[in-house]
Amino acid sequence: MTTEPDGPEDRLRRFAAIWARAIFPVTATSLTRPEFEEQLVPLARRLRDALHARAMNAAEGQALGAALIDVHCTDPESLSRTLDCVDAYLVLYCGEDGPQDALRTRASRLQHAMAAGFAQALRERTLAEQETIAHAALHAQEAVAQALHASEARFRAVFEGAAIGISIADLDGNILEVNNTLLRMFGGTEQSVRGRNVKQWTHPEDAPQVWRLYEELVQGDREHYHIEKAYYRPDGTVLWTNLTVSLLRDADGQPQYQLALMEDTTERRLLNLRLRYEATHDALTGLPNRTLFFERLDKALAAGGDARFGLCYLDLDGFKAINDSLGHAAGDRLLVEVADRLQACATAPGEMVARLGGDEFVALTTGPDTQHEVDALADRILNALSAPIRIDGRELTVRGSIGIVEGPAGERGPAEVLRSADITMYRAKSAGGNRYELADPEADARVITRHGLTTALPAALDRGEFFIEYQPLVKLGDGSVRGAEALVRWLHPQHGVLGPDRFIPLAERTGLIVPLGRWVLEESVRQARAWQQRTAGSGPLRVNVNLSPCQLTHPGLVSDTVEILEEAGLEPDALCLEVTESALIGADDDLLKPLRRLAEMGVDIALDDFGTGYSNLANLRRLPVSVLKLDRSFTQGMQQFPADPVDLKIVEGIVSLAHSLDLAVTVEGVETGAQAEQLRLMGCDTAQGWYYARPGPPDRLHELALMDATG
Amino acid sequence: MERPAWAPRSIDITVPSVSRIYDYYLGGSHNFEVDREAARKAMEFMPGLPKIMQANRAFMRRAVRFAVAEGVTQFLDIGSGIPTFGNVHEVAQEASPGARVVYVDHDPVAVAHSGAVLKGNENAGIVAADLRRPQEILRSDAVRRLIDLNRPVALLLVAILHFVEDTDDPYGKVAELRDALAPGSLLVVTHASADHIPLPQKRTEGAVDVYKNIRNPLIMRARDDVARFFEGYDMVEPGLVPLRDWRPETAPEDEDPYAASGYAGVGRKA
Repeated sequence: MTTEPDGPEDRLRRFAAIWARAIFPVTATSLTRPEFEEQLVPLARRLRDALHARAMNAAEGQALGAALIDVHCTDPESLSRTLDCVDAYLVLYCGEDGPQDALRTRASRLQHAMAAGFAQALRERTLAEQETIAHAALHAQEAVAQALHASEARFRAVFEGAAIGISIADLDGNILEVNNTLLRMFGGTEQSVRGRNVKQWTHPEDAPQVWRLYEELVQGDREHYHIEKAYYRPDGTVLWTNLTVSLLRDADGQPQYQLALMEDTTERRLLNLRLRYEATHDALTGLPNRTLFFERLDKALAAGGDARFGLCYLDLDGFKAINDSLGHAAGDRLLVEVADRLQACATAPGEMVARLGGDEFVALTTGPDTQHEVDALADRILNALSAPIRIDGRELTVRGSIGIVEGPAGERGPAEVLRSADITMYRAKSAGGNRYELADPEADARVITRHGLTTALPAALDRGEFFIEYQPLVKLGDGSVRGAEALVRWLHPQHGVLGPDRFIPLAERTGLIVPLGRWVLEESVRQARAWQQRTAGSGPLRVNVNLSPCQLTHPGLVSDTVEILEEAGLEPDALCLEVTESALIGADDDLLKPLRRLAEMGVDIALDDFGTGYSNLANLRRLPVSVLKLDRSFTQGMQQFPADPVDLKIVEGIVSLAHSLDLAVTVEGVETGAQAEQLRLMGCDTAQGWYYARPGPPDRLHELALMDATG
Repeated sequence: MERPAWAPRSIDITVPSVSRIYDYYLGGSHNFEVDREAARKAMEFMPGLPKIMQANRAFMRRAVRFAVAEGVTQFLDIGSGIPTFGNVHEVAQEASPGARVVYVDHDPVAVAHSGAVLKGNENAGIVAADLRRPQEILRSDAVRRLIDLNRPVALLLVAILHFVEDTDDPYGKVAELRDALAPGSLLVVTHASADHIPLPQKRTEGAVDVYKNIRNPLIMRARDDVARFFEGYDMVEPGLVPLRDWRPETAPEDEDPYAASGYAGVGRKA
């Protein structure tokens, strides 16, 4: 198209530029002004054409008004400015040479039509956009509603399918909603739960803070709380739960509902109680067991102030015999009966009875006056046991020994207390049973020392803590040293030198006597051989070694002895084994056989401590003994002056009897020359005692023997 | 408690929406009375608000055309709002018919409306997601379908970052998006700022309060704070400048004084 200066096209463009400059500031377009102007040029052309049309075309005017809306001139100010433009410049720039008045009239009418068209288009556009946005809002809401529905369905599924009970209540506690799990937990119908108020759900076992927490929550001071809580079910049974309650707030943060999540812990709780009961009670008798007893004892001993405690430690006398003879089932029934009786003895507050195991029971009292109460308790126990117990048609008499410990709390630990009670019980038992004894620190100490010695024995042998002293045996006829008795000693690192009376019984009980005895025998035999080598020609020195009852029954006795003798190169007749009379009481042939074998080999057998037991004189000839060792109690009667004539007669008789049986007689405990002379006159063969020498190291004996030989 | 991803956001059209307010500023009627009321209130303090929006739109148009000229034809427009006229896809597809555009908004009404407008346009899509959760945007169906993240993308954060408070870590979110984009990608940002607004500070604060009252606080940031969003990008000439000064196509005398408000800039990922 031609744009000759000031030609029609140029004038049209100038009109469009004026128009664009007028309305650009009130548009919302993102176009630049030149771009915007380009959009107005076709509209300007249409305006010019409408101005020059043969007949006034109102529709075209309206369309041009509407076109403003199409180029996003929606501000009414843009219409106003457009009409100003048309009014002032359309005829001027686009009227060309037409009749001015007619053109002005036409322009004016065009403006009317444009205004109407603009209004119409704006209205339509506004309505359309309103409808669009309303649709969008509706659509979005539908989407949200659908999502909400899906979400609600999910929540509903979670709510109904949850393994935990869920309920929702308002802030007044009115229950609005519960799930099936919660209904099942309460074992009720909906009516029994829904519509109720949570505040009605009190239970005597509610912890003190339960309802305080609740109030804090519904008042909005707390977001949630977690507790263990019990409920009554409609049928009266108890439901235990782990309960979590949360506060639900609305969008503005105002408290609105309370949400309770509860887990049924009834079974678990019962199981725990049962496990706890089983862990703390004796399955046979139902009494509290060791664990529970120690818990209580701990507590009693930890009590502060001037609290005291009293403890009875009961062990049935002879229960093992009952168990062995009537069988374990009967033994068990007996224990059950005993437990029942004991239970009935300790019914006061602060008293308890427990079974520690086997036939050992304890009764504990923590009452206000335990010093008196514990004795009364022991009396009741012994009394309760006194009536016979009927088992399998037999009347069994059960007795018990009780050790009592009583004292202030806070001084001793449970283990120490129980040990003292145990020791004391054993004292009651060794005093004959069916009695109680009170704990005594000194007696405890003795036992504890003995216990310490017992446990130290094996190591002592390994460490060579034992040594042997020898006490000379003197021939009364000429006063010559014939040999010596080997006496074992223990050089204890703490207690010093201990005599055999302190540890031989312990060694017997633990069986250590066998290796210890063997060591003594080896040592003594070796020593005897040494003496013989050093005193060659001055007569053989013999050695006496004690045999304990344990060693007697040991199968290796003969072979060990032979081996030891051979190894040392000692003739059997240089060895004398001393056996106590009591060890041979009622001895049968089996027991005597090894002794007999040894005697046949030439080993002397001496009957030690003769006259202290029930000396069976008739039996004497049956025993393979060659020496009687008269107990020191006979010589003691001779120490006084004049000597007890009865003792003299007895010794005389024994000597005569022994000699008639071809037995030599050795007396012990000779302390004075007068005694020695008397015994010599009565025909005793050998003597030992302080009058001659105390037990001493082997070299001393050697010296004595030499003195004897030279003197 | 955090709202689970699958729990729906409620729609309350009695609460003003920033995207519908924006539409009203631009002379549209995609808005409700609550939106217009809020817009009128803000305009009482800042009568030139519509001009700022218009300048914002004009910048976006220039930036999109710049991107196409640079050979970037994938657009991710987060905070796209209510489509009216001269939208990114119109501008982009006019310049490059195959250009692909994904709009993102968290306003469900805006999303629904965009869905209606874009119906039938295979190269444009809308995602209901939030700038504060970039991964939801990046993993959305529309992004997977329309955007090849191995090629440069123009990321448009136009008039949105000033609605993200610092407590929501806008810098971290922008960086997260940057890290997902290929080198050569463009970041297009406009941001409200009190700098250069031709009004006393009190008036500006009044307008800001309006947004605070409709629970969409408007965070005015200083130039340096806006510049920090471009970390990892090289600024394209002329850098971060007032809206109208970014590669202007209009004579300064044609520009409204308000068009100098706010900052605009484009960065290129190295």
